[in-house]
Formats: sequence, structure tokens, C-alpha cells
Amino acid sequence: MKDFKTHISIRGLNVRHGSLHILKDITLDIPDRRITVIFGPSGCGKTTLLKSLNRLLDPSEGLVVEGQILVDGEEIYSPDVEVTHIRRKMGLLSQKPQVLPMSIFDNVAFAPRIHGLRDRKKLARTVEHYLRQAGLWEEVKDRLTTSASQLSVGQQQRLCLARGLAAEPEIILGDEPTSALDPQSSKHVEQRLIDLKSDYTVVVVTHILRQAKRIADYVVFLYLGEVVEHGPAERVFERPCDPRTRAYLTGEIS
Amino acid sequence: MRTPSGIRTNGNGRLSLLGRQSPSWWRRRKAQEVIFKALMIFSLLLVVGCLALIVATIVWKGLPALKLSMIFQTPRGGYYLGKEGGILNAILGSLYLAGGATLLALLLSLPIVLYLNIYAGRNSRTAEFIRFSFDVLWGVPSIVYGAFGFLLMAFIGLRTSLLAGMITVAMLELPIMSRAMDEVVRLVSRDLTDAAYSLGATRFETAVKVVVRQTLPGILTAVLIAFGRGIGDAASVLFTAGFTDRVPTSLLQPAATLPLAIFFQLGTPFPEVRERAYASAAVLTILILAISLISRAAVRRYSRHTIR
Repeated sequence: MKDFKTHISIRGLNVRHGSLHILKDITLDIPDRRITVIFGPSGCGKTTLLKSLNRLLDPSEGLVVEGQILVDGEEIYSPDVEVTHIRRKMGLLSQKPQVLPMSIFDNVAFAPRIHGLRDRKKLARTVEHYLRQAGLWEEVKDRLTTSASQLSVGQQQRLCLARGLAAEPEIILGDEPTSALDPQSSKHVEQRLIDLKSDYTVVVVTHILRQAKRIADYVVFLYLGEVVEHGPAERVFERPCDPRTRAYLTGEIS
Repeated sequence: MRTPSGIRTNGNGRLSLLGRQSPSWWRRRKAQEVIFKALMIFSLLLVVGCLALIVATIVWKGLPALKLSMIFQTPRGGYYLGKEGGILNAILGSLYLAGGATLLALLLSLPIVLYLNIYAGRNSRTAEFIRFSFDVLWGVPSIVYGAFGFLLMAFIGLRTSLLAGMITVAMLELPIMSRAMDEVVRLVSRDLTDAAYSLGATRFETAVKVVVRQTLPGILTAVLIAFGRGIGDAASVLFTAGFTDRVPTSLLQPAATLPLAIFFQLGTPFPEVRERAYASAAVLTILILAISLISRAAVRRYSRHTIR
């Protein structure tokens, strides 16, 4: 842990929905420019934890969030923090790729445009840059004006990645980003995430253990809303300390 | 032997509660299937039959009177006694009035619906209360809107005019348009709005650039349903827009409308003029039909980017 620089630190995070205690007293440091994988069985609060990082948990639906989350030392739940500023720092890849109802080009140009980039030439170059970075440019360069919903699911997920990167975030959040994809596309997306970790902090939620082993530098095992164990991937996978982690890794609980 | 839930079993642990169906039981289920299918087909034929009958009546009774002069001329002297002229005043009056009213209703509906679904939280109490209010307003008879509009006119000192008619019909259209829009905007998935938010978009940007685009076909349909309702309504314009033989040239002049033209023509003792009522009805029906067809084409065009 000592050789990691902390990017996001979570202090005593509790999330409740009515009498349901979804996340229990989570304290965690997420390292800078590494891939952190949060793994655990379905329904253990992984997605909630991820969404709490960019304040997508909607208080109007009765969710109560307590505790602190600091990104670069800035408390993101503090009332004087602009929520759009926080969200822009973090690109989100959802479980099912969610393209916007517009052309491929406009999808990638969405964030640059709302954040003030108007120059057509610069926009075109930006779009190309991020599509290349997401490994999609060669496949779509001749049909940038067609509707994004016509792409295959795997291509859509890479488009979502390009679109997220175009907002110039520091952090990439992935909510089981490959669960809707075929093995080939999954591999593609995984490879992109590995390529990106030299510049971005990546946090991925997954319930696929093998995926966690393939990409993780740092892992967090979440079970029934609690952080059971966290540490460098190698250490946790080779020598898990907690019996529950051991049971999960060997497939006794899932 | 009994299972832990108290059901008696035949000894090997398997239940056999479903084993004793008599032939009459099967016949009853079969009959149920046949009867309900027949009922459905009957209802379907009734609806299609009604439509066909209405169109046939209008065409059969109205076609003899439907001449080009009917569509391109305003009433001349003695029109209501069966002489020369047409209903251009009512055709244009209706189009102006319903067009203006629909625009006014849209300017209110869209912000309301976006507020309900994006700002207030789609299932919040505020949203449910506003939806309930619209449902009540939807049920208010149009003559009540007419009476209310009339009072409003007296209050602000507006005389019987195109503008007064537009405002009244806009009130009539508002709940219809809003609820129809709400039904589609409500279906926008949480993931889609989250995708926009996570790019740093504000709620306003998400509403206008993402939600409206995604639901454009539905919004268009809502606008046209409301327009159809507005152009066909007689009671709300009776006291507010009035009736005139001239085509209105300003918002403050009275305006004729097709439903009222039909009403007045049917009320005369002259058979030729009553025939014209059916011709006017045919014009109104064709107008609404044309608008529906155009809108279908438009919806197809604008749903190009919609995500299914």
C-alpha cells in the first residue's frame, strides 16, 4: 500500500434506503493511476458504492448518504461543491452501454460541447482522438453521422468509453462494463482499461473473478455491504486474510 | 404423509393435487377461450365498423355539396339560404385557432413535463399531485372551459376574438398534451439520464439535449393528439372565438371554426345547407386525417436517433 498514492479516499461511508443498510461504514483508499477492482457477489452494494463516488445516488428516491468521500482532498458531498464539476472528473461505463440518442460524432462531442468547446475543427480533432483512444476510430470513421444506436453492443461500449474520456476526467468508473458484451468485445474493453491506467485512475466493479485477476492492481472485496478485505491484487488473491474472502475465491460462496 | 407446509402427499413426496381434471373441466376452459376470442373480434369489428360508417356517412351525404367553391370561398350573400359561397372562413379560422392554441399549450406542457420527470423526481409526491390535477382537468367538459374562458375575457377586457379562443382551447389542450408527453418522458431510462449526468451535464442540458431528443416522436404525437382535440372542439370556442363570415386578419378579431360551421349549417331548415354541414364535416375529417398522416411520417423521420 505504501507505494500507492491515494486519489480517492472514502471515510465512514454509510448508505441507507429506509431500514435497508446498503453500505456499512466503508473506509477505503483508492490508489492513483491504478486499476482498482471492487468485487463481490450480486447485490452486495458494489454499484451503490460506485455511484456514490460521482453522486449519482438520488436523494429524492429516499437514499441517505453519510460519511466522507474525498477526491484529491476535496470533499465531494460538501454543499458548496458543484455536482457537475465532480461528475466531470469521473467517466462512467455502465453495465449496459448507454449511448445518447444522437450520432456517433455528437455522442463523443457531447461533453466537450457542454463544457464550452465550439470550434468545429477542434471538435473534429477531439472526437477522432478519443475514438482512437477507445479503439473504435477505424470501425466508424466513415459513418460518424449515423445514429450511435446502430452500432453493435461492443462498439457502443467503446463509444461510451470515448465519450467519457472526452469529458477529460481523471477517474474512470466501470460498473460491470463487460457484462453485456461478448468475450471478444470484453477483451477489447479490458485491454483499453489497462492501456488507460497510466493516465487515469480506474475503478471497476465486477462479479467475474477471472476478470478481476486479469486487470486488477488493487482489489476490494465487498460482501453484504461491508468491505471484508482490501489490498494489492497479488496479496489478496494469493494470501487472503479473511475466511470469507478465501471462501469466495475458492467458489464456496458466490 | 404430510409436507412441512401441511399438504397431504401420496407417500413418495410428490404432490398430486392437479391430477383430477374431468372432461367437463376441459370443455369449460376450451369454451372460455372461444368465447373471449369471439368477444375480442366483435369489439374490434365494432370499432372499425364505426369508423367506416362515420366516414361513409360524411362522404355520402357531403360529397354532393362539396365543390371547390366550398373550400376556396368565404360565405357570399344568401349562403345560409343555400346560395353561393363556401367555408374558407371556418377552415382557416380553425387552423389558425388550433395552431395557436397548440403552440401555447406546447410552451406550457414541455416545461411542465420536464420539470415533473427531471427536477421534481418522476415518482415524487409533487409529480403525482400534478399528474392527478391533469387527470381531473382532462375530464372537465369543454363547455366548462368555454365558460371559464368567457369569464376570463370579461376579467381582462378581451372581446370575442381569435386570441380569446386560442387561450381557451390551449387550456383544453394542456392536460391532454401534458399527460400524453408525460407517459413517454416517464419511460426514459434512468441509465440514459445518468449517462448524461456523468458527463457533467446539468439537469437542464440533460432535459433538453438528451431527454427531448430521445422522446421527440412521443412529444410530436402528443402535440398532434392535442391539436386534433383542439381543432374538433365546438363548445369551448362558442363564446370565446365567436363566429364570422370573414377570415380573421388579426388576433383580436372574431374567428369562425369548422365545428361551429357544422353546427350552424345543420341547424338551418334548408336541405341544401344541411348537406353543406356534411361537406364541412368531411373537410374537418380530411384535415385531421391529413395531419395524422403527416405526423406519422414526421415521427418516423425524427425517431432516427432514438434508442430502443
